[in-house]
Amino acid sequence: MSQAEAFPKAAEGKLADTRLRATLRGATHTIRDRRTAVVAEVGDWEDLRELGRTVKEEALADLGSLLARFEERATAAGATVHWARDAAEACRIVADLITVTEVVKVKSMATQEIGLNEALAARGVHAVETDLAELIVQLADDKPSHLLVPAIHYNRSQIRDLFDASIAAGVDDDPAALAEAARLHLRERFLTASVGVSGANFAIAETGSLVVVESEGNGRMCLTLPDTLISVVGIEKIVPRFADLGVFLRLLPRSSTGERMNPYTSIWTGVTPGDGPQAVHIVLVDNGRTRVLRDPVGRQALHCIRCSACLNVCPVYERVGGHAYGHTYSGPIGAILAPQLTGGHRSLPFASTLCGACYEVCPVKINIPEVLVHLREPPPAEQPVMGAVSAVLSRPRWYRAGLRLARWFAAMAPARRLPWPLSRWTAVRDLPRPEQETFRDWWTRTHGRT
Amino acid sequence: MGARGPGTAREEILARIAAAAVPPARAPRPQAAIREGSTVMLAERIAEYRATVVECTDADLADVLAELLAETVHLVVPSGLPPEWLDRCSMDAVADSPKHPLTAAELDRPGTSVLTGCAVAIARTGTVVLDGGPGQGRRLLTLVPDHHICLVRPGQTVDDVPDALAALPDPARPLTFVSGPSATSDIELRRIEGVHGPRRLNVVIMGDR
Repeated sequence: MSQAEAFPKAAEGKLADTRLRATLRGATHTIRDRRTAVVAEVGDWEDLRELGRTVKEEALADLGSLLARFEERATAAGATVHWARDAAEACRIVADLITVTEVVKVKSMATQEIGLNEALAARGVHAVETDLAELIVQLADDKPSHLLVPAIHYNRSQIRDLFDASIAAGVDDDPAALAEAARLHLRERFLTASVGVSGANFAIAETGSLVVVESEGNGRMCLTLPDTLISVVGIEKIVPRFADLGVFLRLLPRSSTGERMNPYTSIWTGVTPGDGPQAVHIVLVDNGRTRVLRDPVGRQALHCIRCSACLNVCPVYERVGGHAYGHTYSGPIGAILAPQLTGGHRSLPFASTLCGACYEVCPVKINIPEVLVHLREPPPAEQPVMGAVSAVLSRPRWYRAGLRLARWFAAMAPARRLPWPLSRWTAVRDLPRPEQETFRDWWTRTHGRT
Repeated sequence: MGARGPGTAREEILARIAAAAVPPARAPRPQAAIREGSTVMLAERIAEYRATVVECTDADLADVLAELLAETVHLVVPSGLPPEWLDRCSMDAVADSPKHPLTAAELDRPGTSVLTGCAVAIARTGTVVLDGGPGQGRRLLTLVPDHHICLVRPGQTVDDVPDALAALPDPARPLTFVSGPSATSDIELRRIEGVHGPRRLNVVIMGDR
């Protein structure tokens, strides 16, 4: 399947899955209502969004020196900082640091993006996903379909069947019982793990600290109990100052889970003697980010804090789910991030109605519709057509002549379908018929010349 | 170790960033002074996360703790906790110290409770922040036991997250922000309290008297 056709083909299949659509609709509406309620109680929400955007813009403008400062501070605090140009290099660095056969993992978009679990498996290391939704997806040998709720496409009876067959025979479909089953399954692994692998929500240049925002406590387990901690961090996660967290920790939980605050946020700086991992590694990953940085319009996609608010309000995401996008990052943010990070996925910028709901909810004010339009390069065949249309529309005389021609054509050929190759266009929409009388004609006829 | 010098990943990535030539951007306005927070709001908002909140005074603290610890078999405390807090408790507290650190397996025993203070509390979000200072202990202590009692002393409550960050004495200490008991919303977006962290969280807010 060609890249250009990938999304429409995948979407067609997903649209036919009525159970998926019902599950997605229920979930996205629940979460967007929750978000609306907690955002409404912040009086200065719009100022806060602007502040979030400003800090991210500042961070990207000064990215090189902030990364160097982060490296210097984290190293001084006892961490080891590694740099990786691409996914393969990042995976190799992580794999070389691991000498055991099993590691515990915190949910992380960056590690999913670089295909870390697969790379570790090839080296004989099993990465145990410890976030409940990631565990569900891993047990099902499936892929996540939502940035925040990776198993959003599963309902409770599907999860029950999965757990019954794998980790908890005889469990019932009460969500509390399912969560308890996951707790019991993972407890022993947490207490015996010697290596933890995480991502990070933020990396603070001023202090060399990393931040992980989570709910279940699996993150705290992975960040605290193992002897060795390896964190894979995209270079765009950098923020200049510790105080900047005051902006993002107010924006993120309300935008993502619709909570005033998520249950647990962990912040650590290198190694703390006697508390937590005594070997701390940080892998700073480029993997296409500097490519995005080069585009003055597109680089705002790097402001993303992965809250997933844009997925939950998107009419396209709600109907097709995350898998149709064919990349780790789905929904509106995926539609602008995936093509820019990879240079492929050219159909994704068209996976939008440009309704603008994503821009409205984005906590860091990424103008997603603007970038979508920017990335929609018209196919070569369309360019001369659009050029001709533009020439006609900008000349009143040509326009009137064109209109007469169109009326004549419509009278000659009343069918609302065009012959090939234009039939591809009329296959999904009716050919518009020109009005018999325009407003100007009507005005002239009834009021005379002005 | 991150290698340096020409041809290394580090130099190449930094060169790519420089080549992108992103125009300079302004820094945001600086942080305002620390605002005090309402303990009433703090109590309300913590309770909304389905943690138990008890408000008390110096005089009845020991009684309140004794009641919260009624079902506890093993009580664990960090070093630096004021000893008089435990005057009325029936069981002996085991102190975790650098000399005698408790293991994860010991902390995982059924019926284990941990009692700590906090560094600062955030009213608007219903959050307690632990920074490993005196009376708070290692991160492990407040994570593995199934029951955590956290004390908020007078003057420790600030208004919002920026105030809490400014109030922390040292941002480089390991920090944990706790807003209610561990929870998940991964199954049909239904919130369930109690996954891997302590399933019972009691926050004791001490009044100003």
